[in-house]
Amino acid sequence: MSISDLEHAVDPNLGAADHPPQKSSGWVVFFCFMIGLVGSLIVGWFLFPQWLYSEKHQPIDFNHSIHMDNVSDGCNSCHFFREDGTFSGIPDLSACTDCHQDVIGSDPEEEKFVTEYVAQDKEVQWLSYFRQPDCVFFSHAAHVTGAGMSCESCHGDIGYSTHSKVYQENIISGYSRDIWGYSISRFGKPGEHDGKPMKMNDCAKCHLEETGSKGACFQCHK
Amino acid sequence: MKIDRRKFLAGFSACVGGGAVGSMLSPLPWKVMDDVAIWTQNWPWTPVPQDGRYSYVQSVCALCPGGCGISVRKVKSRAVKIEGLKDHPAGNGGLCPLGLSGLQYLYGPARVKSPLKRVGKRGEGKWQPISWDAAISEVSQKLNELRARNKPHSLAWISGENKGILAGLIDRFLKVYGSPNVLRDSTAHDAIDQAAYHTQGQRGTVFWDIENADFILSFGAGLMDGGWPLARMNGFPKSADGGKTLIQVEARLSDTAAKADLWVAANPGTEGVLALGIAHVMIRELIYNIDFINRQASGFEDGVMGGDQVLQGFKSMVLEKYKPEKVSGITGVPVDAIFDIARRFAKSDKAVAVCGRGHGRVAGCMDEALAVHYLNALKGNIHQPGGVFVVADPDYVRFPEPGMDKIAEYGLGQTRVDGAQSEKFPNSRYLLHRLPEIINTADGDSPVQALLVSGANPLYTIPDGKSVKKSFDKIPFIASFSPFMDETAVYSDVILPDHTYLECYRDIVSQGSMDGIVVSLAKPVVRPLYNTSHLGDVIIQIAKALGGYIETAFAWKSYESLLEETFADNWETITSSGYIRMNPQIPGTVATSFNTPSKKFEFNINAGAPEAPFSSAFEKIAMEGDAQNYPLTLIPYDSIRLAGNYPANPPFMTKIIDDTVLKKTHGCIEINPATAKQLRLSEGDAVKLSTPRGEADVQIHLYEGVMPGVIALPRGLGHTAYSEEWGLYGKGVNVNDLMGPIEDPVSGFNMAWGIRAKLTKI
Repeated sequence: MSISDLEHAVDPNLGAADHPPQKSSGWVVFFCFMIGLVGSLIVGWFLFPQWLYSEKHQPIDFNHSIHMDNVSDGCNSCHFFREDGTFSGIPDLSACTDCHQDVIGSDPEEEKFVTEYVAQDKEVQWLSYFRQPDCVFFSHAAHVTGAGMSCESCHGDIGYSTHSKVYQENIISGYSRDIWGYSISRFGKPGEHDGKPMKMNDCAKCHLEETGSKGACFQCHK
Repeated sequence: MKIDRRKFLAGFSACVGGGAVGSMLSPLPWKVMDDVAIWTQNWPWTPVPQDGRYSYVQSVCALCPGGCGISVRKVKSRAVKIEGLKDHPAGNGGLCPLGLSGLQYLYGPARVKSPLKRVGKRGEGKWQPISWDAAISEVSQKLNELRARNKPHSLAWISGENKGILAGLIDRFLKVYGSPNVLRDSTAHDAIDQAAYHTQGQRGTVFWDIENADFILSFGAGLMDGGWPLARMNGFPKSADGGKTLIQVEARLSDTAAKADLWVAANPGTEGVLALGIAHVMIRELIYNIDFINRQASGFEDGVMGGDQVLQGFKSMVLEKYKPEKVSGITGVPVDAIFDIARRFAKSDKAVAVCGRGHGRVAGCMDEALAVHYLNALKGNIHQPGGVFVVADPDYVRFPEPGMDKIAEYGLGQTRVDGAQSEKFPNSRYLLHRLPEIINTADGDSPVQALLVSGANPLYTIPDGKSVKKSFDKIPFIASFSPFMDETAVYSDVILPDHTYLECYRDIVSQGSMDGIVVSLAKPVVRPLYNTSHLGDVIIQIAKALGGYIETAFAWKSYESLLEETFADNWETITSSGYIRMNPQIPGTVATSFNTPSKKFEFNINAGAPEAPFSSAFEKIAMEGDAQNYPLTLIPYDSIRLAGNYPANPPFMTKIIDDTVLKKTHGCIEINPATAKQLRLSEGDAVKLSTPRGEADVQIHLYEGVMPGVIALPRGLGHTAYSEEWGLYGKGVNVNDLMGPIEDPVSGFNMAWGIRAKLTKI
């Protein structure tokens, strides 16, 4: 600041009109705030979910429906309980080869399965829509055998699907989108035929409704 | 519009603020937080169990002589958990911490992964991996050379395999090779079984029918410290619940003593004297089994030997020499207590007296074993339910008699290097502890020119480590078959690693019961992880390489084919149920089968030698060191949380050792607070522990459970091998290094129960 500026600043004879106008910057603040707000809402609600999940396809497009028509014991025919009470989960190759030693239908996916996996004795690396983290203990026996729940009550109508749905993998956690649920906000209920989300709160909510208690930590986190 | 600096900053802040508010109103931060939390659980270095199909393999634990049934849970091809096997006669679903930790022996960092040949100095740890052919050739060349020099008897084999097919193969190999020197790790049964042989004339293994007994008088046996199948012991109801009464005689409050109805702290080494004091009371008060003694015992009453010579009987000897007042003075047990124990023992319906210190890994004193066995005879419980049985060893291992060449015949005609089965010790089969001194004091070449070691770690377990090492230095060739890099393997010239018990078939002979001896089949739970080979197959291969009669004697295709051939008709049963029973006991039949000269239970074990009616005086067992320089008594103790023998303690169990036993790398020595006060020592003090055999730095732990004047160190620490990752390297003190063996005059067994010691504050 120069000496003349200082003099100007302290001169009592100078009037108000001689001061430069001080315009409010409120509209700039508001405008920018709205840009930030709207932008982040768009990112958070629309772009983020697309970025968060990468889409993968099952190695074989599996037709549950056609299998259900040809087995005698429903889901249990392939997803069964072992003698010791443990649940077999996704069947391994040996279960499939009981029928698919050779191509028995006309579906190109079946032919692919037989030539690329059965003939080469190679396990199919199925992508599990319902895999839980290793810190979670879940007993199918307690729910299905013990509480008499149906498979559909958690997994929806997957047993009647004709194609494998696209597997959406969370790029941070590595788990399927089905665990969190397809609604990124987790508002609303899944459709009547959809599987249920399987986060801890979902377990606790159902337990509270069915048993009157959310349950203790160690029931699932051994 | 002019955007000045002020406006720019205001707008930018507003935009960031708006973005922050907007973000908080969107799912982004909450979802990212949740996902990141889950992502942190899946870091690649976080150990997580493999996903996959479960399966279970039923097998048997081979980590101690208990032979408990195990069920191993697998996920895909990986074994993930060992549990007890329900309905197996040994253990019945229970398992001790050692058995539960078994997978660490399989997957742990101490494995020898392929045959190795030493390239550095002995013990330096420099190895070159070699092929199996080369390893077999290393051994067979050396063995051929010894035979060429007409010295087949200079081959010795230290073996942990006591019974079963592998033991039979080792015996057969040395026989056709021409060496009498099979040496086995000692057990308390060495003395106990020999006591039964002397008194009953029967060869076999003694078992006490704890299952059916209602009163157990234990002279130091670690029944609940891992010396016995733990589940078998813990499964019994306590006396308060209408179950068994247990009285534990022991100088230190062990877990067994703590769980007993009565703990009797006798001076260590005087347990045999206490047993005779109890016998005195039983005889004096006529509360012994008069019917059994009168009809089926000999040497109880004084006998006439012809002329005027009187053979003193057990009765008058005990009445004369073991008056409770005198016994109380020797043992430190109050007179009232001696009377009380004797009356309770005598009046119980099914009482049994047992012995064998801790895990029973020291052969022990013949007199003590005899004294305890005499108590059982006075009770009249020989071959009675709840009493003592002598069971002939199972004889399913029957190989055809092999042909032998002249070199083998010559070698077998030589005396054993350890002096066992000699004129001096005719009834003792193995005296391993004598080996170091015999080698060290030999003139010229070592009497052992080649040493093979399997299932044992003599450099750690034989007393007086320094002298053992010195003797090993004199042996030109040492080969180890250990699957682990233990102290002996480190000190060998070539290692031919065996499979672990979870990777192969093996027959395991368990302790007996009334229903017979249980022979179980260990099965491969997983495929061998490394380039290891079954000891049985390696023996067959070495025999093939040696050729001639030796090759002919081992004409089997493989160990597995031999196993199947040996069990013959039982093969199907043992593979499907996992075990078979042999030699079931029929109570009372022994009455007609005492095999002594008198055909009775013989109290006078030297019958016919009036000048020495009893082998030696039943007195306090001697201890090395003078009281002047070494005022304290050091005793080793066994714990359920420490594997003291072979193989070394697994990391899981090292985790559960109290910090009053092992503090970081310092071993703690237990001392009674009264003794510590006299020595002006307090908790945590660093002290030097000295014995006539060695020194070690330890920390003081005040413990009222150890008698005044006695200090106690656990077995199983102070390892110098097993890799640092195993977690035991250099931790604590190996008590075996501080003690020397003491030879029992009758049997030659090592009966050292302690050594004189002193503590000096550092």
